[in-house]
Parts: sequence; structure tokens; C-alpha cells
Amino acid sequence: MSMANPHDYATAAPEIFLALAAMALLMLGVFRGNRSTRLLCWLAVASFAVALAIILQAPAVRSVSFAGMYVADSFTAFVKAMVLIASAAGLIMSMGYIREEGMARFEYPVLFVLATLGMLMMISANDLMAMYMGIELQSLALYVIAAFQRDSLRSTEAGLKYFVLGALSSGMLLYGCSLIYGFTGATGFDAIATAMQGKEHAGIGLIVGIVFLCAGLAFKVSAVPFHMWTPDVYEGAPTPVTAFFAVAPKIAALALFMRVLIAPFLAISADWQQIIIFISIASMLLGAFAAIWQDNIKRLMAYSSIGHVGFALIGLAAGSAEGVRGVLVYLAIYLAMNVGTFACILCMRRKTGMVEGISDLAGLSKSNPMMALALAIFMFSMAGIPPLGGFFGKFYIFIAAVNAELYTLAVIGVLASVVGAFYYLRIIKVMYFDEPGEPFEGPMSVEMRAIIGLCGIFVVFFAFYTAPFIASAEIAATALVP
Amino acid sequence: MSDWPLLSLVTFLPLVGAGFIFLFAQGGDAQADRNAKSVALMTTTLTFLISLVIWANFDNGTAEFQFVEQHGWLGGGIDYRMGVDGISLLFVVLTAFLMPICILASWQSVTTRVREYMIAFLLLETMMVGVFCALDFVLFYLFFEGGLIPMFLIIGVWGGARRVYSSFKFFLYTLLGSVLLLLALIYMYFEAGTTDIPTLMAHGFTAEEQTWLWLAMFASFAVKMPMWPVHTWLPDAHVEAPTAGSVILAGVLLKMGGYGFLRFSLPMLPLASDLFVPLVFTLSVIAVIYTSLVALVQEDMKKLIAYSSVAHMGFVTIGIFTFNTQGIEGSIFQMLSHGIVSAALFLCVGVVYDRIHSREIARYGGLVNRMPVYAFTFMVFMLASVGLPGTSGFVGEILILVGVYQVNTWVAALAALGVILGAAYMLWLYRRTIFGELKKEDLKQILDLDRREIVYFAPLVVLAILMGVMPGPFLDVLHVSVDHLIEQYQTAMQAASEAADVAQLAAK
Repeated sequence: MSMANPHDYATAAPEIFLALAAMALLMLGVFRGNRSTRLLCWLAVASFAVALAIILQAPAVRSVSFAGMYVADSFTAFVKAMVLIASAAGLIMSMGYIREEGMARFEYPVLFVLATLGMLMMISANDLMAMYMGIELQSLALYVIAAFQRDSLRSTEAGLKYFVLGALSSGMLLYGCSLIYGFTGATGFDAIATAMQGKEHAGIGLIVGIVFLCAGLAFKVSAVPFHMWTPDVYEGAPTPVTAFFAVAPKIAALALFMRVLIAPFLAISADWQQIIIFISIASMLLGAFAAIWQDNIKRLMAYSSIGHVGFALIGLAAGSAEGVRGVLVYLAIYLAMNVGTFACILCMRRKTGMVEGISDLAGLSKSNPMMALALAIFMFSMAGIPPLGGFFGKFYIFIAAVNAELYTLAVIGVLASVVGAFYYLRIIKVMYFDEPGEPFEGPMSVEMRAIIGLCGIFVVFFAFYTAPFIASAEIAATALVP
Repeated sequence: MSDWPLLSLVTFLPLVGAGFIFLFAQGGDAQADRNAKSVALMTTTLTFLISLVIWANFDNGTAEFQFVEQHGWLGGGIDYRMGVDGISLLFVVLTAFLMPICILASWQSVTTRVREYMIAFLLLETMMVGVFCALDFVLFYLFFEGGLIPMFLIIGVWGGARRVYSSFKFFLYTLLGSVLLLLALIYMYFEAGTTDIPTLMAHGFTAEEQTWLWLAMFASFAVKMPMWPVHTWLPDAHVEAPTAGSVILAGVLLKMGGYGFLRFSLPMLPLASDLFVPLVFTLSVIAVIYTSLVALVQEDMKKLIAYSSVAHMGFVTIGIFTFNTQGIEGSIFQMLSHGIVSAALFLCVGVVYDRIHSREIARYGGLVNRMPVYAFTFMVFMLASVGLPGTSGFVGEILILVGVYQVNTWVAALAALGVILGAAYMLWLYRRTIFGELKKEDLKQILDLDRREIVYFAPLVVLAILMGVMPGPFLDVLHVSVDHLIEQYQTAMQAASEAADVAQLAAK
């Protein structure tokens, strides 16, 4: 059911709204200055909510516009909803931090909105050019946010590192796009799919193009072997920015990864499958083993996210509707676990300032039992222990892997999850088994409590509403893989 | 009464109790602790009573699953299904029976974070009962692995000196086995389109599939059992766990492995089960003899009993893989008996540990002079563990030996050797701790069992003897279900051999 209106602005309604909102916020900020930052933050959150409402009330049919460059369907709706929620949570979590750390400048929420706009464009892209536009808009905003604490050496270093390596990856991505264009004669995903029809294998030139494309995207989702920037940027960037980086851009980039491989290249899936299998295995193993030796919790979360991306990519490697469904479920649970965990990390504040060591959590179960309980739930969930949400994420991923007969990948995956369990358990051990150190400062703010509570409830009670959730993920997946 | 969701009630009632304590027993003062303990005791007692109601309404005459409940859950063939048959019913009762005893045993020995302790135990009970009630593979797995979380915390927070090492070892060992079970589960789901256990039993997987699935399941159940050589987590976990934790580990958690073999490996994968009999027998015989010898040289009482558990579980696996009525009924009975006897033995260790704070055998001696009631109690369980006729341990052991004698005389002979060794280490333990001269100064002041301790030992003593002299009511529950299981196995074997004959004819 494609509506072939070349300029159907309704298809891009949430993006158009966010673009206008970003400009309005910018004007407001310029005229009223930095004292309006808090107001702007809430307005930005409100505009995310409006964009979410626009997406949810849109009809659940596939609509393509702007000469086939832009697409909106159930798949984009599902992913965009996740991204908007993640962005809103990231911004809410930032408010206290940017005030305390003296970085409450009005550009901060505006950049958040622009980055999110870029992500939505990535998700809806149906053309290599539209895809690149989305990626660059997102990346440019993120480079600036990473370096936003401009008096901090660590933050600026993180921003610069992210920028240089990001530019490199964009170059690779663009080179891959040009090769694909050269060997298929089209940039639109639908047009490429038509060109691929009936073929079982791609020519060598097209394969090189796909490899470069995958390399560029692997960088964006921080999959091995293009993960090197992740621990440094995660550690160096201001913590709420890290929280944002760990979730929203990952979800958007993984959605794009799925679309760009499946929509045009489903016919030759055997060719790109092996690339995904390789980066999936490498990411799971590196994420599991390298995290064992970390003592900074932000670095640990970086390796953890590399591992999680590896698991999510199993679903993509399956190349089926079940696989896409698995990835979507996985990402939704990943969102809740990560937002919750970072909210806990943001509450690790002592008189001397923020602390980030895992040992700083010692004895938290005595000094702050509720926060320890929440963090323990997130950690058990990340380790994939039932009946918590994380288990269901892995379960649906492995269903896809087994159905696609990727047995080796599945076995390596479950073994990596056991190794990964070790370092999640270590955090629980520090909180519950060790003697308490100096307690963290003061009561947690209402926003933080709400975020931690909601994420915790989502993860704990996931077993109760799995069925409707899976059903909507399935609808979204079949929109991408018919 | 019969249309009440009794199994869900017995499974989730402890969870309700845990939620109640979590919400209302706040404050962290002595009063809150007392309230938490009372709520936990009431909840577990009530759960036990409900489990008795289930037993009373259970029909021994059918192999069908009873008290079946079914609700939609994940969709796509994965539903919420509960039900018990003769094999699982008594495990449910055993679990519910041991829990109030655990709570009572922790009444005074646990002084820190009492509220959390009680919540962890109630959560654990829900998971354990759920394992035995689940009639859906995914639901089973959920409970099976979910139990790791509370047990990890129980060992790690309230355990002894090396608790961190032990809790990690326990968690990671068990998880490593379980994830392979998960893959087997997913494969079976993919093949059969559902995770309904009765449907999977009837599905008939091909011989090659069975081999791989069996190995994946074996990885999980053998660790849980635990079988030699993957038993090493057990002594560590037992030694460091608090007394009630050891009781649950020995009493219930070890039974999940045996239950897994009976519920999944045998009926769903009969050909592979048959194929791997030599492997199971070899590992079990090694377990019986080797761990008995290891038990002989232990200096720590808990460690000794832990190794004896591994040996007893070796008997159980031998019995399960005989595929005859005596062997399988014997092994189920042995599991039940061990659940009571080894739990009681750990409680016995807990009694003196609470007083002297040492588990070293050499620290004791001559306790009979000061603690006659304790000496008697300990003796009953020691003899039951040895398998003295008239105690519960005898029935299981003799049935297993009779069963295995029909299958393999050598295994029977070697397993019987294990019985002798078992007598050796248990009697020696008893002599060193209870008899002899009372030399140690602090032991001269030691007090005999108090009323609370007598209250929780009494039912255990009664059961250990009752199951020995009157095993009938317990075995009656098993008969029909076990016969049905053996029938399933034989039908599958016959079909396979007929198919092989046909193939041979076709080849000619």
C-alpha cells in the first residue's frame, strides 16, 4: 500500500515539526540567554512528546514521498518512538548535571533536538543520499555535545576524538555509497532492490561497496572492529551525554543498518550475512572479555554496549522478519536498562563531585537500598537472567538465530553472555557484598527517581506484557521484511 | 476446590509474601525484622498447607497432568501452563515442606538485613515450586534460571568468609549449563512450534537431533545435579552458604537436575538417552566412589556432607538411566529422601555452628555428653544417609540397586561399593564429633537443642523414619506416572528399531 505522492509532507511531519521546534528554541535561547536553559530543556522534552504523538496517531500504512527518498511505516514508527523516548530521558537526566557542572548553556537542548532530528531522518531514509544527510546532521550535533564541557580536557578530547574518527567513518560510508551507486546505477533503496531482483550474488564491486557501507555503520553503532572510540568517548564525555550516546544514536543507527541492508539487498543476503556474523561475534566477545578489567563504570558501560550491539546484530544476521523483531525487542529493553543504569550513575555524586569508579559503589545496598536494588535489577537484566526483561531480549534474538540455522553464532552468543554475566555480577557484588564506603550525596531528584522507577518497572514486569509488545514489534518487522 | 488455580497459588503465594514484606516491613529496626520473619513463616506454612491440599486431591490412578492451568502468555505457542503429575507432585510438597523449616532455622542465626533475607528466601521458593509445576518449557526455564538470583544473593550476602568466590562460581557454573539448555529449548520450539511439555514429549525428534539436544540439556542438568566432574561448585557453595541456604541447595536445588532428566531428557529424547547410558553410568560410578573417598578425608563438616550429596546424586542418575520401574522410582525416592536427610544434616551442622562458630570436625568431640537429644537427632539422619533399613535412605538405595542389577551387574557392584564407603565416612564423622571424650573447654558449656530447634527437627525425624518403614503412600504417587514414562521410552525404542529393520531390508 504505497502512496506515491511525490511531495507528501505528512510523511515527514514529525521531522518537520522537530526542525521548526529546534529553530524556535534557538531563537528563544538567543533572545533570553542562558538563564532560560531549564525552560528550553522542558520545551525540548515537550516537542519530543509532540513528535511522538504525531508518529503514534499516523496511519499504520507505508507511505513514501520526496521522490522515494523518504519512507514512513510501522517499522519507522516503532524505532522513532524509542529514539524520542531515549532523547527525552537523556535530556531530563541532563538538567541537574548541566546546572551543577556549570554547562547550562541554551545550546544544549537545541543540539539535543537537532541530533534527534538527524536520527529520525536516518530511520526514515529510503535513499543513500537521505541516509547520509540524516547521519551527518546527527553526528555534527553529537560531536558538539560530546565536547560541551569545554573547560574540561577530558570532554574536549572526547569530542575531538569522536569528530576525527566519525569523519573518517563518514568518508568510508560515502565511498561505499558511491560504489553502490556505480554498480547498481541507483541511490534509492527501492530502485536498488529492483536492480537486485533475481540475483543471488552481487558482483565484486558491489560487495566492496557494501563492505565500506558496513564499516561506516559499524562505526556508528560501535561494533568491533570499529569500536575503538567508544570507551574513550564514553569516559570523557559528560555523563548525561554518555547516557544519551549509549542509547538513542545506537538505536537509530541499528535501525538504519537494518534498513540499508535488508530493503535494497535482501536478495543477496548471503553476501552481507557473513560480514554481519563476523562483526557480531567479534563485538560479543570483545564486549564480554574487555569489560572484565574495567574499573571505571562509564568505560564498563562502553564495553557492555559493544557487547549488546553484538547481540542485536545476531538478529540482523538472521536477515528475517523474526530477526528484525528480535532486534526491535532487544533495543527496547536495552533502552530501559541503559537509561536506568545511567540514571543511577548520575546519582553517584559526593561532596568532591561526580565519581565514576566501580569501587565507589561499595556497600550501596546499605547506604541507599533502593538505588542498589534498581541497579542490581538492571545488571541482572543485562546479564540476561530471567524473569527480567533482558532475558526476553536475548530469547527473541536467539529464536531468530536458530530459525536461520546460525547455530555457531547462537552458541558463541550464549557463551559470551555467560562471560558477560561475570562483570555485571561484579557490580552487584560491590554493592551487596562489600562493606559500605562514603555514602553518596543527598536525596535523588524527583526526575531521577521517576526515570529509575519507570525503567525498573519496565524491566521487572516485562514478562507480563511481553505478548502485546512482541505483537507490535512483529508488525514493525514485517513492514521492513515482507 | 478443584477449579481453584491451586498450582499458581502455591507458586506465587511466597512472592506475595515477599511483596508484603518489601512494602510493609520497613524501618530496619528490630520490630520490622520480627514482622518480616513472622510474615515469612506464615507465608511458607500456608504454602505448605496448600501443597498438602494438592496432594490430598491428587489422583494416583492416572499419568495425566493434573490441576492443569492454561493462559495465553507470550503467544506463538508459548503459554502459561501449569500442571503436576506423579513425578513432580512430591517435589512440590518437599519444597514447601522445607521452607518453613529454613525460616525457623534462620530465626536467630541471621541478624543482618533480616528483611532482605526473608524476601530472598520467599523469591527462591516461588522459583523452585515453579520449576516443578511448569508445563511449558519457557516457563520452566524462567523459574529454573530465575532461582539463581536469590541464591546468589543468599550465598554472597549472608555467607561465610569465601562467599564472593563461592557465589560467583555457583552462578557462572549453573548459568553456563543453562544457556545451552536455552538453545536446546529454542531449537525444540522451532521444530515443534510450541513449548508445551506434553506436546514436546509426543513430538518425536530424529535421532541426530536428539543427540545434540540431549547433550545441550545434559550440560545444564549435570551441572545442577551435580555430576562428576562438574560438581566442584557444590562443596564451595555449601560451605559458604548460611545454614538455610545449604538446606535449600541440598534439599531442593540439586533435585532440579534429576527432575530435568525425568521430565525432559528421557521422555523427549529417548533414543539419545539410551545412546548415552554408558556415559551417564561411567560418570555416576566415578561420582559415587570418588566423591565418597573425597568425603572421607574432609575436615569440614559441611564439605563432607556436600561430597556425600554428590555421591548420593550419583546413585540417582544411575537409577534414572536404568529405564526400569525400580530404578526410576528408586531414584525419585532417593531424591526425596536425600532432600529431607541432607537438609537435616546441614541443619545439624548449623546447630553446633551457631553455638561454637566452627565447622571443623576436629573442633568437636564428645558432644553426646552435653547434648543427648542432638546426638539422637544427628544419629537418625546419619543412619538414614547411610541407608540403614528402616530409614528413608534404604528404600531409595535398594530400589536403585535392584533396578541397575537388571541392567548392568558391574555398575550395581560398584555402586554398592559406594554404599559401604558412605557408611564409612558418615559413621566416622559421627564418632569424631559426637562420641569420644569431651575435652574442649567451650564444649563443656554447650547447650542441647532448644524448643525452636526441636520443633523443626521433629517433623524431619518423623519423615525420615516414616518414609523408611512405610514407603507405600509415597511410591503410590509415582507408580502410574513412572510406568507411563517407561512405556513412552519403550515405544520410542521399538519404533526406532523397527525403522532400522526396515532400512536394513530396503538396503538389501
